[in-house]
Amino acid sequence: MTNSQFKLYDTSLSSRLIMGTALYPSPQSLIDSVNAGGSEIVTLSLRRETAGDGAANDFWAHIQKLNVNLLPNTAGCKTAKDAITTAQMAREIFGTKWLKLEVIANDDTLQPDLFELVEATKELSSQGFQVFPYTTEDLGAAEKLLEAGAEVLMPWGAPIGTGRGLMNPYALRTMRSYFPDTPLIVDAGIGAPSHAAEAMEMGYDAILLNTAIAKAGDPVAMGKAFKLAVEAGHLAHQALLIEQRDMASPSTPVAGTPFFDLDNLN
Amino acid sequence: MLKINVIGAGILGLWQAYRFAKAGHQVHLLEKSETLFETASSRLAGAMLAPFCESEASQRDLIPHALRSLALWSEGPCDFESKGTLIIAPPRDRVELTSFAKRTIEHQHIKSETIAQLEPSLEGRFNEALYFEKEGHLAPRPALKALITAFRDLGGEVTLGFTGTAPKADYTIDTRGMGAKSELKAKDRALRPVRGEMVVVHAPGLKLYRPIRLLHPRMPSYIVPWPDDHYMIGATVIESDDEGPITLRSGLELLGSAFTVHPAFGDAKIIEFNAGSRPSFFDNLPKIVLDETHIFVNGAYRHGFLLAPLLAELVLAHIENGEPIEGLFQ
Repeated sequence: MTNSQFKLYDTSLSSRLIMGTALYPSPQSLIDSVNAGGSEIVTLSLRRETAGDGAANDFWAHIQKLNVNLLPNTAGCKTAKDAITTAQMAREIFGTKWLKLEVIANDDTLQPDLFELVEATKELSSQGFQVFPYTTEDLGAAEKLLEAGAEVLMPWGAPIGTGRGLMNPYALRTMRSYFPDTPLIVDAGIGAPSHAAEAMEMGYDAILLNTAIAKAGDPVAMGKAFKLAVEAGHLAHQALLIEQRDMASPSTPVAGTPFFDLDNLN
Repeated sequence: MLKINVIGAGILGLWQAYRFAKAGHQVHLLEKSETLFETASSRLAGAMLAPFCESEASQRDLIPHALRSLALWSEGPCDFESKGTLIIAPPRDRVELTSFAKRTIEHQHIKSETIAQLEPSLEGRFNEALYFEKEGHLAPRPALKALITAFRDLGGEVTLGFTGTAPKADYTIDTRGMGAKSELKAKDRALRPVRGEMVVVHAPGLKLYRPIRLLHPRMPSYIVPWPDDHYMIGATVIESDDEGPITLRSGLELLGSAFTVHPAFGDAKIIEFNAGSRPSFFDNLPKIVLDETHIFVNGAYRHGFLLAPLLAELVLAHIENGEPIEGLFQ
């Protein structure tokens, strides 16, 4: 067993890799990549996929064949009001209470707007949504999001699509220690499997990413690479990593080793 | 000599009709619209003959086929340009060039001096670029016209406003795009529309000789020179069957990207805003689907102009010599 079960709201899962569905070279490549990554959750952008009916339906039919949990998002929303409306439409269309809540503050960094995020989380939780807020490592905002009804938090690794990895490992480590019992998912900014493994080694519960797989030269192979990295990082965390030391300590015991010059015994 | 019906006068249908007529068959081209090219997605195409750039999105298998198709264009009746493709990125996004270069072959990394030699209008505007020398482009509308003229000169028959049943023939080649969706669905082939939006501008103050692709993390775009100082700026790629006009956002983004390439586009006149659908299968590659004597050729996605000559060649070889259809296009 490489992956222990964990829970997001009331759903038990074994895969700790959550994949976005945008930017793939083709829908077929998306489907093959999700299979290779072994994801049990995929995110979907409502705005994009429902601009029309027929095409969207064909697309859904294929996504649903994957037999994964859908996590609709509010990508592109800039106010709580906008996000709430989008969320309600998403619930209607996809028939799920789950929602990746994304409210953007700045168009350049796509940094989350924490004020609007808290407000929208409060309202949507009271309407029965199970909110997965895309947030930063700010502990104050995190506490307010939990008070507002979120039971999962998704701090960024780096700005969306930048592939820079964990820009503030110290803050992410602090967040993990501060909320030992809240499911925490690193969402956004992951560029390489090593970034995903790093977050998992810290004890994060899962990784959410899109661009790093979708825009890879071979998305299917990269999906597999991330699957392995997430599993490796999680397993390493469970296995308890050693601490870093100042002094070297030989891995082969030296006590009792003959120190003759073995090459020149004759 | 066989009797062949070709349904649909877009780029796929025209190449099939032209190629079969050239091979000496009796070809009848049947088109739904009353006016030629009125509803064909092809009239909105970028019509870049770009085997290497198009392989950037993980489709390296396509390169040998695309190269073969590119060579076939030179045997056809259309004028086309072989001036290559230039790939540029705003200074802040230069990493996009590195990324594009990593995912493609047959390009040169060039600096401002070479850029200025190739495109004097861009002198001093970009420090580096990728140059794909072996690619080409053409103007889609004149090309469609040249094909139908050549087809008629070969004795081909054209029926416009066609809606009923096709006349009796040995084979029917069906290139109706989204029009064939339900028949293809019955054969378990899901065809979907991928929306594309484009702009045509008239910019006599500027001279660009080859397609320029502007890389951008959010909105990649391209500018293709058309005859008489016209430029086509394209194109969005949206999973949607919306057939309405271009949105304000897409219009702004496309025009903004042209302005990024050269501020002289600011004085260009907007000639046309347009939007259409690219018929596409799930792997975004065209397919030749055989149903006895009914042969679907469909799903060209972004590759209609690039692959139309090859698809005609493959169907011809299949009908005349029973050659199997190449795996990628099955």
